[in-house]
Amino acid sequence: MAEERMDAIVVGAGPAGSAAALTLARAGLEVLLVERGTTAGSKNMTGGRLYTHALQRLVPGYREAAPLERRVTRELVTFLTAQSAISLDFQSGRFEDNSYTVLRARFDPWLAEQAEAAGAMVATGVKVDDLVLEHGRVVGIRCGEDEMLANVVIVAEGANCLLPRKAGLRTREMSPSHMGTGVKTTIELPRQVIEDRFHLTGDEGACQLFVGDVTKGLPGGGFLYTNGDCLSLGLVITVEAMLKNPVRPADLMEAFKQHPAIAPIIAGGKVVEYSAHLVPEGGIGMMPQVTGDGILVAGDAAGLVLNLGYTVRGMDFAMASGMHAAEAVIDAKAAGDFAKAGLAGYERRLKESFVLKELELYRNAPHFIESTPRMFGTYPALLEGILGRLFTVTGTTEPVHFMQAARAELKGKASVWDLATDAWKGVRAL
Amino acid sequence: MTKPMTIEDRLGLNKFVVDEEHAHIKVNTAICQTCGPKPCTWACPALLYNLVGGEIKFDYAGCLECGTCRVICPKPGAIDWEYPQGTFGVHFRYG
Repeated sequence: MAEERMDAIVVGAGPAGSAAALTLARAGLEVLLVERGTTAGSKNMTGGRLYTHALQRLVPGYREAAPLERRVTRELVTFLTAQSAISLDFQSGRFEDNSYTVLRARFDPWLAEQAEAAGAMVATGVKVDDLVLEHGRVVGIRCGEDEMLANVVIVAEGANCLLPRKAGLRTREMSPSHMGTGVKTTIELPRQVIEDRFHLTGDEGACQLFVGDVTKGLPGGGFLYTNGDCLSLGLVITVEAMLKNPVRPADLMEAFKQHPAIAPIIAGGKVVEYSAHLVPEGGIGMMPQVTGDGILVAGDAAGLVLNLGYTVRGMDFAMASGMHAAEAVIDAKAAGDFAKAGLAGYERRLKESFVLKELELYRNAPHFIESTPRMFGTYPALLEGILGRLFTVTGTTEPVHFMQAARAELKGKASVWDLATDAWKGVRAL
Repeated sequence: MTKPMTIEDRLGLNKFVVDEEHAHIKVNTAICQTCGPKPCTWACPALLYNLVGGEIKFDYAGCLECGTCRVICPKPGAIDWEYPQGTFGVHFRYG
């Protein structure tokens, strides 16, 4: 049993954990960052794209130093039916460094190195089995036979978290209605081919989100991100949808690759990895307690993800929450109080920052998405039908006016009332 | 058009360091017998839960450590889920 007690132990070297460790180390606190993977990032998976504002505050020179993939200058949102793709395509010179695509096995080790360079101790290949409690208060971690003690443990162990429950911060298992399963295929292609296929030059990148046939009309969606020399293609489906429908995400992934709008984009590419990860999708409604005596929870483990359908964010929330957790620990050390009350600065900071302000603002977004099944099947089909007629020329002697055709398409799929209520709900939620 | 890849082919691309001594997920198949739908058999992205002769067979070796089975399992106690020991399990080279 270790005698000394560190200021803090951070569990998990993802964006939340490394941001916390870096912030603590810079303030001169003694911090240990523990990661179960052989290297940081080796257990992590993202779609993925990083919105950079939080990283900008954490490491202002990140743009020159961080292993980022592509600077996103093109955004696509696509409705998919079995044979069609209908896209909103926004390519713009206005995106300076708003977001970059990233690969976690490349990005996470760099961020953990920043923490180490600032003075944090980093231990990789170490799994935390349990928390050490003393009179109901967290005082450290147990890894096999070893115990390591600290005034505070910051849990940043990701979406599939086990420790908050052991600390009593979660009383129940995670609900299928709050979680999504993401699967991803990484496909290598030469840089020039990626740039040609997506109309990009230099470091420019494209991000595409899909709704509809990719999940066979069930709640969820697809994604395609251009990295430097590979594509990240995948999909997320809610666990609840899989509980109610015997659908295999492994098969959805392969069907997505075969879609007529996807097959030509990945043609000739070499599949190099197949990965899966949980995504917390419940918004603020699923947030567990994030503060206890001697413990804070940050990042995906705290459910800090915001999916609006057109933006999907987690890593910026993770970094910001890690920084706020660290700031609360710094204050707690100054006051000499590591109990729940002494760590209250964490939630106060989350509430004052974009983290809880945005999650609160979009409180109803997860509910809107799950309560609007038409989004995943009816509307893509409707769009295909209307646009199919609009762009088809037959030269018939009994021409049909476009509005008549549109009404015919709508018939049996959705009423004008459905359209109006879904639009109203959507505008309010998103 | 390229053909769909089998799950074995896909998992074969990944780097795994299998802990031969210790299964990080333990399945209590007696409890599984009482489960009607058995959603683990389709929801696992690695398709590691298979019905063989009416009984769940689970192989932890190709586990992607996502936790879907843990969340979707309707029977408390059927799946005992821990992460693999440090350095073991899947090792994403891209992520």
